[in-house]
Amino acid sequence: MPELIKIRKGLDISIVGAAEKIVVRQETLGSCALKPTDFVGLTPRLLVAEGDSVQAGTPLFCDKADEQILFTSPVSGTVTAITRGERRAITEVVVTPDGSSAYVDFGTADPLALTREQIVEKLLQSGTWPYLRQRPFGTVANPRQTPKAIVISAFDTAPLAPDYDFLLHGRGADFQTGLDALSRLTDGTVYLNLKYKENFSGVFRNSKNVKISYFSGKHPAGNVGTQISRLCPINKGETVWFANPQDVAIIGHLFNTGRYNPEKIIAFAGQGVKNPRYYHLLAGACIEDIANEQVQQENMRFISGNVLTGSNIGRDGYLGFYDNLVSVIPEGDDYEFMGWLAPGLKKLSFSHTFLSGFFNTLNINKKYAVNTNLHGGRRALVQTGKFEQVFPFDIYPMQLLKACIVGDIEQMEALGIYEVEPEDFALCEFIDVSKTDIQRIIRDSLETLRKEC
Amino acid sequence: MSRLRTFIDKIKPNFEKGGRFAKLHSTFDAFETFAYTPNTVTRTGSHIRDAVDLKRTMIVVVIALIPALLFGMWNVGYQHFRTLDPAFSAASDIWGCFWYGFLKVLPIIIVSYVTGLAIEFTFAQIRGHEVNEGFLATGLLIPLVLPVTIPLWQVAVATAFAVIIGKEAFGGTGMNFVNPALLARAFLFFAYPSSMSGNSVWVSEPADALTGATPLASMLDGHCSASLADMFWGFVPGSVGETCVPAILLGALLLLVTGVASWRIMVAVLAGAIGTSLMFNVIGGSPMAELPFYYHLVMGGFAFGCVFMATDPVTAAQTNVGKWIYGFLIGFLVILIRVKNSAYPEGMMLAILLMNVFAPLIDYIVVWFNIRKRTRRKAINN
Repeated sequence: MPELIKIRKGLDISIVGAAEKIVVRQETLGSCALKPTDFVGLTPRLLVAEGDSVQAGTPLFCDKADEQILFTSPVSGTVTAITRGERRAITEVVVTPDGSSAYVDFGTADPLALTREQIVEKLLQSGTWPYLRQRPFGTVANPRQTPKAIVISAFDTAPLAPDYDFLLHGRGADFQTGLDALSRLTDGTVYLNLKYKENFSGVFRNSKNVKISYFSGKHPAGNVGTQISRLCPINKGETVWFANPQDVAIIGHLFNTGRYNPEKIIAFAGQGVKNPRYYHLLAGACIEDIANEQVQQENMRFISGNVLTGSNIGRDGYLGFYDNLVSVIPEGDDYEFMGWLAPGLKKLSFSHTFLSGFFNTLNINKKYAVNTNLHGGRRALVQTGKFEQVFPFDIYPMQLLKACIVGDIEQMEALGIYEVEPEDFALCEFIDVSKTDIQRIIRDSLETLRKEC
Repeated sequence: MSRLRTFIDKIKPNFEKGGRFAKLHSTFDAFETFAYTPNTVTRTGSHIRDAVDLKRTMIVVVIALIPALLFGMWNVGYQHFRTLDPAFSAASDIWGCFWYGFLKVLPIIIVSYVTGLAIEFTFAQIRGHEVNEGFLATGLLIPLVLPVTIPLWQVAVATAFAVIIGKEAFGGTGMNFVNPALLARAFLFFAYPSSMSGNSVWVSEPADALTGATPLASMLDGHCSASLADMFWGFVPGSVGETCVPAILLGALLLLVTGVASWRIMVAVLAGAIGTSLMFNVIGGSPMAELPFYYHLVMGGFAFGCVFMATDPVTAAQTNVGKWIYGFLIGFLVILIRVKNSAYPEGMMLAILLMNVFAPLIDYIVVWFNIRKRTRRKAINN
């Protein structure tokens, strides 16, 4: 009998614009980009130049620190742009498809019949290896290490999150092959975590070679960090790997067909979208065509990922490597007269200092319109006891945050920095009265630690 | 509204870097953000943020103080007229009492706010910060914990001391380790004891200097000068805001419903005080020790301190377990001071200040247990 784990702390942020369960397939294939900035701490070394033709699966760049980690083209076409940002760091490698379906053949195989080394080799060469990430630090998994466990969260509790069961519909075989491959990579357990009390299709429920656990509770119950803290907490020196279910299916597809084909379904959702629905896209696809069709208003923010942790990509940006959601919300760059004094019937707040706080206990299905306004100015940390209500770890969030702010490495380690990622602090950052950039502080501290060891 | 916005936008460049009044930038910013919630958007991390900010939080505290303030003003008048005419009853001249008290208390509030905010604005400007809203609450708390007869210059000196030494010296709101309002009171108590204690300071312009003893002080003579009901409703001499328990409870209700103050601390202070007074009831030995616990809860500054002072998040313990310990020890200390230190029976101020100082130690111990658990888990795994 699978285990049920109840997450008792957290907050579901209910906002308007959830995607309807219809999948749209774009007729023309737009350009795709692989963005080194999607990978924590990555310094890329380019393997192609502008104008080169590539096939699906041709390496575009590799990790300078470990050159066997390759990042390969999602589609066959021509490298049309290599964009650089500050200090000439590469930010995008853009491939424009040529319409052919040429691909590098990596050969079919049954992962259960292969050795660990053979699987690692195949994943590295095909460019599917980066789909595996590790904690601590959130970087691409280190192929020289063996993790103590691999954790897959098969549901997402973030605002506007897509329904993973819907995304994986009909891809059960690929998903299972992917799980088989992962099960070879660790001496420990592969955990597959499902949401309790939901009608799961066979894709997840009948998965083999994994340990299934059920989780219940509010966001961040679906975050892999929350689940790791309950299943196999990370101590200093240990690593746990994790991957998204769609990405596991892409890995499985590689073994079943010999082809790197990063097709995924993403939700295009949010208040700014006319008809929020699901789209069939390639990893790294440009969202401009969909945006032009679905978003009429100006002054919108296009976020690859969810509104708590995603990145601002702009109207003509490219889908993030790991993301399966694009959220579109209005920019909040306007003033509000005496906003701090308003009764606030429509304001979204975890605190009960607005009237909405009294009424949303009566109407839990209320959905809020949100924007990107900071709603205040930066202050010293004053309020206490609130982070603890949305932070389901056995960690003191305020104390850890303060250790990070002052850069006390010993104290960070003692307080459990290795168990967290910025996304675990996203709700703390959202509710923070003092408007502290908590996720940035946590990321900076983790990067400092990563470089130290 | 938009005309105001246009005006603000027009004069704004003068206050920015290089402008004519750049030295007043923090002040301008404080007033601008007072009038309009700023248009800043998120740059890093979460793209959406909670609608609440520190202004909203502090304004809730200020609103929670208003019932106690209004009653306090009325009571200042009531206590005054009662000494003139023993037949004067609480219902006699409600507006007359209120107006009298209003005129007495308002100058104290103005002095407290003007002194404190001037210092806050100056420090914010020097540091290049935005003005922190913490003083909105502190500035009203100070008048409420002082006797109405306090000389205004002493209010100014005490406020300046509390804000500069108690807060800005440590980095401003959020960094202070003792409650500034209580520090102001303690400063006056030790620097100018004749303004803060005795029987003559609690009633404004009394006819007879001996009639103004607080119920707590009257316990020195072995009996309580007021009935339980009078002390509960607040018809007794005392600091401006501390006498009326129902008014304080209204404030407590708002603080708890909005989640601004910690219920853990309030419950823990109550539990500590009740437990300790029951213990002294058993031991006995003096009228104060034998006093039933519900007397303690309505006497002196207990209720006010429990609701508004002990719960200050900056100076209280920050961990949830720590809050229980911190609150319980405050309750314990109040009763201990009241029973054992009969020369100065108002223990609430000192109990909270003392625990303010110990709060970081309590947190340190609580967090240490969490660290130990993590170290042990690692030892088992390896």
